[in-house]
Amino acid sequence: MAVTGKVWKYGDDVNTDVIFPGKYTYTVSDPNEMAQHAMEDLDPEFAKNVKENDIIVGGKNFGCGSSREQAAVCIKMSGIGAVIAKSFSRLYFRNCINTGLPMIVSAEAVDAIENGEEITVDMDSGEITCKAGVFKFPPLPPEVKGIFDDGGLIPHTKKILGTDK
Amino acid sequence: MGQTFAEKMLSKYSGRNVVPGEIVEVKPDIAMSHDNTAAISGTFEQLGVDKLDDPDRHVIVLDHCSPPANEKFALNHKITRIFVKKHGIKNFFDLEAGICHQVIIENGLCLPGTIMVGADSHSTTYGAFGAFGTGIGRSETAVIMATGKIWFRVPETIKIIINGEFPEGTGSKDLILKIAGEIRADGALYKAIEFAGSTIENMSVSSRIVLPNMAVELGAKIGYMEPNEATLEYLEGRAKKEFEVVVSDDDANFEKVIEFDISELEPQIAGPHTVDNVHPITEVTGTKIDEIFFGSCTNARLEDFEIVAGVMKGNKVHRDVRMLVFPASKDVFLEAMRLGYVQTLAESGAVIMNTGCGPCMGNHEGVPAEGEVVLATNNRNYRGRLGNRDSEVYLSSPLVAAHSAITGTITDPRTH
Repeated sequence: MAVTGKVWKYGDDVNTDVIFPGKYTYTVSDPNEMAQHAMEDLDPEFAKNVKENDIIVGGKNFGCGSSREQAAVCIKMSGIGAVIAKSFSRLYFRNCINTGLPMIVSAEAVDAIENGEEITVDMDSGEITCKAGVFKFPPLPPEVKGIFDDGGLIPHTKKILGTDK
Repeated sequence: MGQTFAEKMLSKYSGRNVVPGEIVEVKPDIAMSHDNTAAISGTFEQLGVDKLDDPDRHVIVLDHCSPPANEKFALNHKITRIFVKKHGIKNFFDLEAGICHQVIIENGLCLPGTIMVGADSHSTTYGAFGAFGTGIGRSETAVIMATGKIWFRVPETIKIIINGEFPEGTGSKDLILKIAGEIRADGALYKAIEFAGSTIENMSVSSRIVLPNMAVELGAKIGYMEPNEATLEYLEGRAKKEFEVVVSDDDANFEKVIEFDISELEPQIAGPHTVDNVHPITEVTGTKIDEIFFGSCTNARLEDFEIVAGVMKGNKVHRDVRMLVFPASKDVFLEAMRLGYVQTLAESGAVIMNTGCGPCMGNHEGVPAEGEVVLATNNRNYRGRLGNRDSEVYLSSPLVAAHSAITGTITDPRTH
């Protein structure tokens, strides 16, 4: 699976409160409505202008803070094709896997990619192609990749339980 | 080679000897959820399973927007109560009980040598009792309801050794803020933290809880402490089950060992908008404040009430400041009332609120206006945390909050 899109580049420690404000966590339950609030307290222009397959590039510790899964869901539903960061908070990393949002750790790529440029991320070959060149990234551990490949934890669990028919 | 606490726990629960980096599947002893149970129950129902794997594994506490601020929050609570009855969940605590982590502790459900997960990032709190406590997502909680299982990557462990006695005007909140400022918000990313040293051994139960509670603010998966004498005493007659204390082996392999000597520690403040934007108080004294938020799972226990009431007795909250007080639990509230702390605070002009999370997610009960500054005893000060992206939140100890309430500016308790 490869996606090509425009880069929305942000800094270090982008936290879950600015990705999906706490005041919406118990009142907004429709995933499409969640997307309207994506990145609201960091970049109010994001949700209005993001396009299908655009790519978020963050610094270190992306998604730090709350366990709220909506911080991954709102990004996925906004159309974002992948998130690349120098590192992810462990809860955000899990929530990306569980909701099927492609996430890539590559500090070199983050340093090289410029805000607004068009890049391609290929999850199968493990490559990011940008103006500065091609950057390789390692695959997910097999135990975890199975969850991601099934489209997230819920479809994955249904498959295991045999309740997906 | 011996094992760390985290390696031992994940070896025991997965049934094989594991090393950092491996991925294991385990069945946790406790899975906690709060107001998010409404959403989690909906996800559980999508899984096509009729019954919970084990209703006794689940603890549900309504605290995040209690009482509900509007019809949507109210519906969440209603859905949760129906789900609890339908599945026979005994460990359900309705909105009078308090903040989830405190309620779990007070009810003897947080036990050494157990794995405790929660659909709340501050579930690292349970490490204060020698448990493997960590936050998980909503879907993961729903899957635990159905299967009892969750996967973990075995973490490397960073040992933080703290020695020395707290100087005047400081306590465990200043210590964890100091650590956050030093090792930063990603300093323990994906890692287990083990807190050790004479300071930790000598601390009260309430003071100890503050450190693992905020371990997640350093990126950590867990924040563990070997239970001290005070902790084991606290559990006597309270623990709901037999337990076995699990400790790291003497020859365990720690990825890193960091030492702090606190004999020169000053009161610490985290400035807007990150928990690791930490300054000694002397750099921010005089900052004008509009609101004091005294509450949260970090600092609203009886010990904190004693400190705050001790300062406020005979004094008034500054006329330009509103001070909101949220006891961590009903038990804390009752005891604080019995001991006269609630009376003192109400007389001083503080507003006594109900137990619960208060404005800590920006849902209700004290959202600041634009341009306002809040001094808070909670654990997070991200932009918009208290519900307004155009406000500023400073984090402090309860002692600093009390002195600052009187003066209306961030105030050094050592010189006030």
